[in-house]
Amino acid sequence: MAEVTMRVWRGDANGGDFELYTIEQNEGEVVLDVIHRIQATEAPDLACRWNCKAGKCGSCSAEINGKPRLMCMTRMDQLPEGPVTVTPMKTFPIIRDLVTDVSFNYVQAQKVPALLPPPMPEGGYRMFQEDVERGQEFRKCIECFLCQDVCHVIRDHEDNKVHYAGPRFFIRYAELEMHPLDTNDRRDLIREEMGLGYCNITKCCTEVCPEHIKITDNAIIPLKERVVDAHYDPVAWLGRKIRRQTKRSAQEAAVQPAP
Amino acid sequence: MTESPYEHHDYDVLIIGAGGAGLRAAIEAKQRGLKVGIVTKSLLGKAHTVMAEGGMAAAMGNVYPEDNWQVHFRDTMRGGKYLNNYRMAELHAQESPQRVWELEQWGALFDRTKDGKILQRDFGGHRYARLAHVGDRTGLELIRTLQQKVVSMGTDVFMECKVLQLVHDDDGHVAGCVGYWRATGEIVTFQAKAVIVATGGTGKSWKFTSNSWEGTGDGHAMALWAGAKLIDMECVQFHPTGMVWPLSVRGLLVTESVRGDGGVLRNAEGKRFMFDYVVDMFRAETADTEEEADKWYDDHTAGRRAPELLPRDEVARAINAEVKAGRGSPHGGVYLDIASRRSAEFIRRRLPSMYHQFMELAGVDITKESMEIGPTCHYIMGGVQVDAESAATAVAGLFAAGEVAGGLHGANRLGGNSLSDLVVFGRRAGIGAADYVESGASATGFNMGEVESAVKAAFEPFDRSEGENPYDIQRDLQEMMHVNVGIIRTESELDFAQEQLEVFTERVKNIAVKGGRAYNPGWNLATDLPAMLTVSKCVARGASLRKESRGGHTREDFPQADPEYATFNFAHSSQGGQWDSPIRTDQSPLLVMPDELKALLEEAK
Repeated sequence: MAEVTMRVWRGDANGGDFELYTIEQNEGEVVLDVIHRIQATEAPDLACRWNCKAGKCGSCSAEINGKPRLMCMTRMDQLPEGPVTVTPMKTFPIIRDLVTDVSFNYVQAQKVPALLPPPMPEGGYRMFQEDVERGQEFRKCIECFLCQDVCHVIRDHEDNKVHYAGPRFFIRYAELEMHPLDTNDRRDLIREEMGLGYCNITKCCTEVCPEHIKITDNAIIPLKERVVDAHYDPVAWLGRKIRRQTKRSAQEAAVQPAP
Repeated sequence: MTESPYEHHDYDVLIIGAGGAGLRAAIEAKQRGLKVGIVTKSLLGKAHTVMAEGGMAAAMGNVYPEDNWQVHFRDTMRGGKYLNNYRMAELHAQESPQRVWELEQWGALFDRTKDGKILQRDFGGHRYARLAHVGDRTGLELIRTLQQKVVSMGTDVFMECKVLQLVHDDDGHVAGCVGYWRATGEIVTFQAKAVIVATGGTGKSWKFTSNSWEGTGDGHAMALWAGAKLIDMECVQFHPTGMVWPLSVRGLLVTESVRGDGGVLRNAEGKRFMFDYVVDMFRAETADTEEEADKWYDDHTAGRRAPELLPRDEVARAINAEVKAGRGSPHGGVYLDIASRRSAEFIRRRLPSMYHQFMELAGVDITKESMEIGPTCHYIMGGVQVDAESAATAVAGLFAAGEVAGGLHGANRLGGNSLSDLVVFGRRAGIGAADYVESGASATGFNMGEVESAVKAAFEPFDRSEGENPYDIQRDLQEMMHVNVGIIRTESELDFAQEQLEVFTERVKNIAVKGGRAYNPGWNLATDLPAMLTVSKCVARGASLRKESRGGHTREDFPQADPEYATFNFAHSSQGGQWDSPIRTDQSPLLVMPDELKALLEEAK
C-alpha cells in the first residue's frame, strides 16, 4: 500500500489555495478514488462533481497536473512520481473547490435549432449505416466540457463567451448539419452568432477529448467549409434568399411540437 | 399564493428526476400546454440512464419479422417469473416500438440494418433479436435525445437541486416538495398540481454496484413517506457481469451485449459452464451443446439459444455457484471471453465502450484476453405501486415512472426492458399527470408545517459538534447489505440485517457534518441516508417474508419457487410518514390476467 501527496485546490469565488493531503493509494486506482478517500476521511466537505465513475457521464472533469482530464479515467499509476495537483476547470467560474459553474454550456444548448425531419413513414425512417456514422461519432460526446475548458478562445478571453459556442457545440452543429433527415439550415447562425470563425484549429479540443472524437478534423473543418461555401457562393446565396421566404426561423424550429 | 419564506416556484407538473423516465414525462406534459418543471440532483444529462449500454427492447421485427408484441409480453412475464403487473407488461410490449421510432424523430441515430432500418441485437431472455441500440452506449443516446428535446421545448430544469421530501395539502393530496440547492445549500420549495417521481434506483446501498452516487432510493422513500406503497422490494437484480478487478472499479457494468454478440462464460478450468445451469423452465428453448448454441448466433432457426443468454438472475446465480465451488478466477469472478470468438475489428466496432473501459481501467485488451467478471448490484425491480395506464400511485397527485416504479418487471428484469420502460411509462406518467391536472382535482394548499420539519431535520447535522461521519455510516451500510441482503439470502442473516438497520437508524440521528452548506458532499450524503435506510428496510423485510426463491430474490433456505407466493406482491406502507416511522407490510393480490393473455403464456410452457 503506497501513499501519495495530493495538492487539491480548495476555495470558492472569493479565492482559495492548495491544500495538501497525504493519503493511501491502492493498486489500479484512479484520481477520483483518491479524492473520494480524502472526502471519506480528512475532508468530508471537499466538493467535487461526479456520477458514474466509469467515463460515461462526463461529470468529474478537472485539471490534473495542469491537463484537462476526467478524474475517473486517470489512473494514478500513469501519472509521474511525486505530488499530484488537482484544480478545477479554469474556463468556468468556481462554485466550490473542484466544482465549477458550467451553465455557459447549458445556455449554448438552448440556442441550438432542433432537428427538423420530414414526417416519419410507416415502419420508421430508412437511413444507412454509412450515413449515420458521421453523426454517431459526435453523439459519443459525454458533455464533460473539457474541450470547452481547453479552448483558448474562451479560456483566456472571458468576453468571447457571448459570441462563441465552443467545440462541444460545433460538433453538435456538425452532427445536425450532417444528419440524413434534417431540413433545418443553421449555417448563417453558426457563422454569425456561434463564432465558428474564432476557432483557428489548434486541435487542443481533440487532444483532450476522452471519447477520442476528432473534433477539429471531422466536425470543425467540414463545418467551416460548409458555412464559408454557403456564404460566398453566389448561387447558394441566391437560393438561400429565395428559400428563406418559406423557411421557419431557427427560433420557431427549435420549439416544434413532437410529431 | 402560498407564503413560503424560501425561494418558491409554482408548476402544473413537477418532475423529480431527469433520467429517461423524467425527461420523457416532461415532454408529454409540456406538449399538453402545461407549465412543467424538472428537478435533478445532478446536472442535466448525467443521470444513471447514461450508463445503460446494450439497448432498448422493442418488438419492431426489423431483424426477425416473426417478432411481435405478444412474444415480447411473454418473454417479459417469463423473465419476471410471473410476478409482474401483467397490464404493464402488455402496454410495454405494445408501445415500445412506437417510442423507439419517436426518438428518431427527435434526433437519435441508432445502428442500422443493411436495408436501413433500426438494427436489433440479441439479449438474455428475449426470444428474438430485439434491442435497438447504438454500439454499447444506447443509454447515452437515449438521454441526450430526450435532453435535447426537453431543452428545445423550453422546459425549466432545476439542476443540482436535491429534493428532501414531498409536501401535501390539508386533504392529503401531494402538493409539491421541498429541497435545497446543492451549490448554496439554500432551501427551495416547489408547489405543483401533480408531482411525478422518476428518481431511479437504490443500488448505492450495496457495496459492489453498477449504480452512480445518485442511486440512493430518494423517490422510493419519499413516495413511501407520502403515503404510497412499495411492492416487490426484495427483488433486486444482480447483473451477472460487473468488473471485479481492479478493486476500485469492482461492480462497474460489463454490458450483456458482450454475450448477445457471441461472448461466453468460462470458469477457471476453461469450461463453458452455463450448460450445467439450465433450469426446467428454459430447457426446451436452450441449446444442449456448444455446437448447437454457436449455430444459433447467426440463425435462430438453426439451433436453440446459447445458455449464456438465459435471464440475468439465472446467469448471476450460476456464476456465484461456480465461484463458491472453487472454480473462479483469481479475483473471485469468472471469465467472459469474446476474444477467442469474434474478430478484433468486430469487437471494437460493436463494443467500443467496453474495449475502452477495460483498456484504460484494467489494462486488459478484450480483443486478446478474457474479462474477469462477477455479479454486481444493478437494478431494483421493486418500487412504487402504480396504475398501469396512468402511473398514478395510491396518493392523489403523485405519479411514478421508471426504475422507481414497481410492477413491470416482476421478480426479474430482462436486459433491454429498462430503457423501453423509461419511455413507455415516462410518457404515460406525463399523460396521467396532465389528465389529473386538467381534471381540477389537484391539491388546494401547501403544508408549510411539513416543509419546516423537513428543513429542520436536514440542518440538524450542522448543530452537532460531535457525531458520526456520514461516510462511515454509508460504508458500513453498504457492507452490511452486501453480506446479509445480497445475491443469496437466508433467514438468520435477514433477521440480523433488520436488527442492524435499526442500529443504523440511531446512528443517522447522530450525524455531525463539517463545513458549510455550500456544495458540501458530506452534508449531501447525510440527507441521502434516511432514504437509503428506509428503502433498505423494505428490501430486508420483503426478503425475510418471501420464503421462496424467485427471480432476483434467492433464498438458500428456500431454494425453490413456491406457487403460493406467485399470487401476490408484498406491499410496504409507512406508519407515520417519517423516515424512521415503522413500516407495515401487506399482501397485495396480483391483477388477474385475461384469458387471451394467459393463453399466450400457456403456449410457451
